[in-house]
Amino acid sequence: MTEEEKLKELIVKLLDNEITDSEKIELNRLLEKFKHYKSEIEEMKKLKEVSRNMKLKTPSSEVFDTYWTKVYNRIERGIAWIIFSIGAVILITYGLFKAVEELISDGKLETIVKIGIIGVLAGLVILIVSVIREKIIMGKTDKYKEVKR
Amino acid sequence: MSDHESNTNAAKPSTCGYSIYKWQAIRTSLNEQSLLERCKKGDKQAFEIIVKKYMKRAYFSALALTHSQDNALDLSQEAFVRAYRSMKNFNPEMKFFTWYYRILKNLFLNLKRNTSKIKNFTSEGYEALELIEEPSADVRELVEANDLHNILWKNINQLEDSQREIIILKDFQDYSYKEISELLEIPVGTVMSRLFNARKNLKERMCECIPLRERNI
Repeated sequence: MTEEEKLKELIVKLLDNEITDSEKIELNRLLEKFKHYKSEIEEMKKLKEVSRNMKLKTPSSEVFDTYWTKVYNRIERGIAWIIFSIGAVILITYGLFKAVEELISDGKLETIVKIGIIGVLAGLVILIVSVIREKIIMGKTDKYKEVKR
Repeated sequence: MSDHESNTNAAKPSTCGYSIYKWQAIRTSLNEQSLLERCKKGDKQAFEIIVKKYMKRAYFSALALTHSQDNALDLSQEAFVRAYRSMKNFNPEMKFFTWYYRILKNLFLNLKRNTSKIKNFTSEGYEALELIEEPSADVRELVEANDLHNILWKNINQLEDSQREIIILKDFQDYSYKEISELLEIPVGTVMSRLFNARKNLKERMCECIPLRERNI
């Protein structure tokens, strides 16, 4: 750590009233060397004095009275969405299966049309499975997923 | 901020059917460790106690990130939901709030990155500061004459995210250097230098806003 960095650290401690006597001596020594910081300290002290006399407004008590209820509702809704999604996937899969079954057994429909429809559905299923698999693999192996960008 | 300060609302009647007495009995008989263990098993009543213990700290921490009351409430509540869903990954050796704060911050960064979803996410219209109950007379005069609390909040909001965050954590939430270092996952030395730069920047912005003759406290 350079002397100037040390000085900045000591200034922060001074402003927060967390400076020890020995650190004060060190601060004064460094201030003799870096004189321009003296005025900086005075201005920072004024700002600190203002902020010391202020606080963050606390929201009305109703806000915190209903806080947990809102968190609880969100948790509950999240679970509801998961159940709903699973149900929807089951129904859609069953519907598709039945539709394909009907198509194959329908003698009136041209073979080429059957192949076309089956191709579209098969492609769709492969695409969905591929995307889901990619998401799962990325979720498990991406070591940078928690990195703050 | 001490635990008892953040806990002032915890003894209110529960919304889940718990009486005050039963609630207080649970509070006193269980320590946080065992509550968190219960949360890991999906116990919502244990999680309720944890939420009520930390909700004020969570709100003010979110306010440091989002600037506005509504967004701070929304963000802090959503972070609790994410925390509940991820409780299985919680390491009991860690402090709960430190872990929660990381979830909160990642959530904020994701939302901020996805700006199309959150238009005006960081609103500057909210006036978040007020004078303490018994300010010194000269400061009261200065603040009231210059609308200083609003100017100060406006300038805090104009600082870059990391500087605003550290100013609020230290100067308005009273966290120690060590606590800030844990929350932000940075060394104590970095906390000090970031704090110095943030205060210097804020001071320069304030000097531009307030005429020199009015700055003498």
